[in-house]
Amino acid sequence: MDIKRVTLFAGHYGSGKTNIAVNWALYLRRQGYAVTVADLDIVNPYFRTKDSARELEEAGIRMIASPFANSNVDVPALPGELYAVVDDKTSHAVLDVGGDDRGALALGRYSPAIREENDYAMLGVLNFARPLTATPADAVEVLREVEAAGSLPFTGLINNTNIGVATTPETVLQSVKLAEETARLMGLPLVMTTAETSVAAALAGQVKDLFPLTLQTIHLFT
Amino acid sequence: MSEKVLMKGNEAIAEAAIRCGCRHYFGYPITPQTEVAAYMAKRMPKIDGVFLQAESEIAAINMVIGVAATGKRVMTSSSSPGISLKAEGLSYLAGCDLPAFVVNVQRGGPGLGGIQPSQSDYFQATRGGGHGDYHMIVLAPDSVQEMATLTVKGFDLADKYRMTTMLLADGTMGQMMEPVSLDFDEPTVYDKPWAVTGTGCTREHNIVNSLFLKPEQLEVENVARYERYKLIEQNEPLWEEYMMEDADICIVAFGIAARVSKNAIAEARKKGIKVGLIRPITLWPFPKAPLAAAADKVKAFLSVELSMGQMIEDVELATRCKKPVYLCNRVGGMIISPAEVLAKIEAIAKGDEA
Repeated sequence: MDIKRVTLFAGHYGSGKTNIAVNWALYLRRQGYAVTVADLDIVNPYFRTKDSARELEEAGIRMIASPFANSNVDVPALPGELYAVVDDKTSHAVLDVGGDDRGALALGRYSPAIREENDYAMLGVLNFARPLTATPADAVEVLREVEAAGSLPFTGLINNTNIGVATTPETVLQSVKLAEETARLMGLPLVMTTAETSVAAALAGQVKDLFPLTLQTIHLFT
Repeated sequence: MSEKVLMKGNEAIAEAAIRCGCRHYFGYPITPQTEVAAYMAKRMPKIDGVFLQAESEIAAINMVIGVAATGKRVMTSSSSPGISLKAEGLSYLAGCDLPAFVVNVQRGGPGLGGIQPSQSDYFQATRGGGHGDYHMIVLAPDSVQEMATLTVKGFDLADKYRMTTMLLADGTMGQMMEPVSLDFDEPTVYDKPWAVTGTGCTREHNIVNSLFLKPEQLEVENVARYERYKLIEQNEPLWEEYMMEDADICIVAFGIAARVSKNAIAEARKKGIKVGLIRPITLWPFPKAPLAAAADKVKAFLSVELSMGQMIEDVELATRCKKPVYLCNRVGGMIISPAEVLAKIEAIAKGDEA
């Protein structure tokens, strides 16, 4: 996948945007870029980029998130600091957009500047194991709502089909056709397929543009 | 695609409700249950169902009463402060003997509290919540899968006994994502000769009402309702027993607290302490029989809850205080850790707890 100065991950909530954003930021940092991660979610107060704050900080990545994320303050607020992602062109930016059209609404404040600079990848994250985006037609519907709300058209798609801990290599293999069909319907390239590291290892050589993910660890108890 | 899908607990409730025939949802947004409403808003218009965001929780529960009176499957969902607002309607549902399904994805309280998980609405749920002599059936899921299966079960029990079933989850259950199977049996269809559906001039009209002008008649209604409750207490308690065969200490916990406790049990057994778990799945009717039986075998009970100690009273009642019952808890939206539960288990095993 071509590296752009601004990479945005958007799509249905629960599709895996945050995990991919964190992994992509760490990947860019390993390539030697200065990296800023921004959490644009104004809807969901749980499971945020901020969960990975320490790991990102240790890697030398700047994180911009609502001071209220993961707190009891349930308000749709974004910090003024967020303008840095469009103003400071010396740093590569990774934007974790909120889920669905409601979550993408906040992106509209920044999208004119992103379009004007024109060095961005707006990527739609797909998970066909999510019931509301189980078919290409349903996935297209959600993604069209997201780009309309965020005033930024998608430039590519990512297939992140997974069933959490029940994901097998077959889960991913069976989803590739659906992802390709969705890409065809939207006239967009499928830029990568993502899978948790051990699943990705089993898929080596079988799936194009495979990007392994180290998942945020959240202890939910067995 | 594989038969399992990846869902948030809140979504699993909504999809399971749709699959067992619910086509009427009335709600009002509140964290951490908002995804139930959001999912219904997306799905209901596509299947000729009704999604309506009411002007308040009070309006929503009264819309539930209206649809329930027609015999259709209907639900609402909220979180702790919103359930307090619905309490009047819950009492009216009981007084009218109407089946309804109500979800409470609990958050920290009292008052506005916070948005993190809690189990401190146990008393409110198991004792009724509103005014008057009545009960609701209360189901407590401990996984996204159970959010779905207990929703299906909840609608069935509501129809079967003409009363409200409450799914009492916590914020963790609502927000976490797990693989879930949505294969359910066809729902049982119950006759509802009492439903207000239009007489077609072929029968006497039905009346759904909770007002009784004669105290003698109101007493009869109350006593008859409690006869029905007796049957439920006999036939419907559900629970899970985990490593109880040789247990010296019995943990009692539900929902997220039960999952944390299972991790603590594994650690305690590595240290040679025999601990087991009884996990109530129905909080009303409370599974008294397995606890009474355990009271003759174990040395002590440990109630693990995300409240200041509410279920512990039911444990003491069910065991008739035959053995000591200790409390291990966190509140205010804090989730207890396996280490904290293990420390309490070790203290009980050593005899340090008094």
